[in-house]
Amino acid sequence: MIDRKKSPAIYDAVEFDLKLKPCEKYTLDNGVPVYAVNAGEQDVVMVEFVFFAGNWYENQNILAASTNFLLKNGTQHKTALEVNEHFEFHGAYLNRHCYNETATVTLHCLSKHLPQLLPAIAEVLTESVFPEEELAIYKQNQKQRLEVSLKKCDFVANRLIDDYLYGIEHPYGKYTTAPDYDAVEREQLLAFYQQYYTKGKCVVFTAGKLPADIQQQLNSAFGHLPFNQQEIPEVTHAVKPAVEKKYNIINDASGVQGAIRIAQPFPNRHHPDFIKAQVLNNVFGGFFGSRLMSNIREDKGYTYGIHSYLQNHIHQSAWMISTEAGRDVCAATIEEVYKEMQRLRDEPIEKDELDLVRNYMMGSILGDLDGPFQIISRWKNYVLNNLTESYFYNNLQTIRTISAEELQALAQKYLQPEAFYELTVV
Amino acid sequence: MITYNRFELDNGLRVLVHEDTATPMAVVNIMYDVGARDENPAQTGFAHLFEHLMFGGSIHIPDYDEPLQRAGGENNAYTTNDLTNYYCQLPAQNLETAFWLESDRMLSLAFTKKSLDVQRKVVCEEFKENYINKPYGDVWHKLRHLAYTTHPYKWMTIGDELSHIENAKLDDVKNFFFRHYRPVNAILVVAGNVKTEEVKRLAEKWFGDIPMGEKYVRNLPQEPKQQQARRLEVEADVPLNALYKAWHMGSRLSKDYYAADLITEVLGGGASSRLHHSLVKQQKLFSNLECYHFGTMEPGLVAIEGKLVKGVKLEDAEKAVEVELNRIKSELVNDTELEKVKNKTESIIAFEDMSVMSRANSLAFYELTGDVELINEELGKYQAITTEDILAHSKEIFDENNSSTLYYNSKN
Repeated sequence: MIDRKKSPAIYDAVEFDLKLKPCEKYTLDNGVPVYAVNAGEQDVVMVEFVFFAGNWYENQNILAASTNFLLKNGTQHKTALEVNEHFEFHGAYLNRHCYNETATVTLHCLSKHLPQLLPAIAEVLTESVFPEEELAIYKQNQKQRLEVSLKKCDFVANRLIDDYLYGIEHPYGKYTTAPDYDAVEREQLLAFYQQYYTKGKCVVFTAGKLPADIQQQLNSAFGHLPFNQQEIPEVTHAVKPAVEKKYNIINDASGVQGAIRIAQPFPNRHHPDFIKAQVLNNVFGGFFGSRLMSNIREDKGYTYGIHSYLQNHIHQSAWMISTEAGRDVCAATIEEVYKEMQRLRDEPIEKDELDLVRNYMMGSILGDLDGPFQIISRWKNYVLNNLTESYFYNNLQTIRTISAEELQALAQKYLQPEAFYELTVV
Repeated sequence: MITYNRFELDNGLRVLVHEDTATPMAVVNIMYDVGARDENPAQTGFAHLFEHLMFGGSIHIPDYDEPLQRAGGENNAYTTNDLTNYYCQLPAQNLETAFWLESDRMLSLAFTKKSLDVQRKVVCEEFKENYINKPYGDVWHKLRHLAYTTHPYKWMTIGDELSHIENAKLDDVKNFFFRHYRPVNAILVVAGNVKTEEVKRLAEKWFGDIPMGEKYVRNLPQEPKQQQARRLEVEADVPLNALYKAWHMGSRLSKDYYAADLITEVLGGGASSRLHHSLVKQQKLFSNLECYHFGTMEPGLVAIEGKLVKGVKLEDAEKAVEVELNRIKSELVNDTELEKVKNKTESIIAFEDMSVMSRANSLAFYELTGDVELINEELGKYQAITTEDILAHSKEIFDENNSSTLYYNSKN
């Protein structure tokens, strides 16, 4: 009979010799840098164009996001329908996303279709015309979508907490209202598009089972375009955090849950505490076995889930705790969050728990690096945040060696309740 | 082409192994042949409640997550109306840890009162978060009851009402477990950087002595053919009117499924699809519009749903949808349109096959259907669908007498 109480021996994930698969880098004729990871078994490929065209650069609310959204809604030669038909006929996806500093256009397709698809992307990036009719439909539908979202307590909470942290004028803190959509005009979209896309700063990331001639394909489709010929403007934004720290908001009087956000400002990835704080965050609320989950979900059943994390911003971050809890237990939930902060300040983390978190984090990085899309995504993160490969190895080293005392000192430095903004939206 | 080796233990546990040396990871996936359809109508939500209880400790191991995380692993699970699937991924060197944990919870759960009490609350919060505290959150509760009179697909996986979960007793929970979560009703898939011989050894070692259990024979009440259109109108505190329509379609294992899947793509797949182009872009009746199906093991539903542009009447929006449906029922789709949706299907399959986790999940699913080799035949089945098939199945599905319609009115 086997002894089921006894766990099989495990290999400490901490001991794994993890390597970040290298990324090939070359430049197109116009100086556009391309980062490439060639791996994988399936004949699929991803090509992503990153532009410095996020809301950091807009001088009017929602201009960056609207430009990004409407990029593929008509060019000088094709209607919106024809653009979409071209990609969809080849079973391809052309997605776009707008973030704070950057905006992306991403192609996913079978490798064999690249020759038909890359030139069509070049057209989208240089010959979009933003038809008035498409803009009108976009405004109407986005406003309706916003109206539905504003009924949701989590959506409202996410907007407000960012406003408290950064101020409504800051790109990380501002949010959109219906009149902002109304104010967008076609001419502004065209101007933003020409400055930040057609003549903008562009970086390309590609991964998958890449065809042998991928470099030539990219160069012939994009190497002659006017990207990266001008410097992007130096733009700075002042952070104006709210003075008041605690907020209780009733958004829906009949709501059965409250969205809770507890957050404080935190430096960006270049700060020496950032990597270390990631380890502390994992212990606190960063994974299923964390203190917040164990206590507030698995012991008390107040919520379906509770998480803490460091925001993924380039300039400045925030340490955020986020959950939706039963309306009658919101106050009790907040109290437990502060109790867990206090435990981390008062008591060093026991060896056993720290070992578990180390192993979990190492295993999770190993799992994250599985496959070409995951690998390029880590490289992209480093390139856009101005970090090098050494960040990856520092991270591993910190996970392996950080001590309970260091973590306690960090908790004392950063997990002080009075430093946090606190918000409940029912 | 997905390769696999297959064997069975004496207790009926079916085991499949998919070797892939390109990854440092291993995936262990256990699919149980039990879903919300197998629940007592007075005790719905049990399969999903189990998904939670299965992480609350097993007979010899007080905590499932802790040892797995210590071994560098991550896990999750999901429940549908048809099946329940548990999966974990961990560094391949630590494969045996997953065998230890999964076999112990198949042997027996800990069944503590504390675990049941807490998970009841957690599931109730999940219910509130997704189905009560969200605008339009109750739609599928209403629409399932409209479309199904008899079949247990009439309730949602989360449960028909909160009270079923709130009243769950430890004895009911134990009975449910020993009826369904036995080796004879389970499929184990191990994928990644593993060797079949080693998996065989570990499977015998850890799962070999678990009592086989009784084979669960599914004998569910079948939905009678719908003879007449059904309609329901509700009003709620939501900002926009919304239209929902559903029609019965064939089962996941019938040939009808492939045609229905392509039909929903022609109508609703992407910005160049018929419904989006005609009703959102050209006529501006809807602010968004989707067409999809549930792809269930037993005959399922095709659905169309959309939120209306303010000022548009539900009757007018519905009429415009009918015009598009009449078109697909009366004219052959053109060859390019069919080729488009087939290309998309080819691409979806290729992207799904990229991750070891998704391959493991698919292998378990196809084994559950009774013919695992289907996994490599799917694309061919889609390729075989003709424009005439699309026409014939569209006529059959979008028959007015086969429809259920929900008008979701905004109070404002």
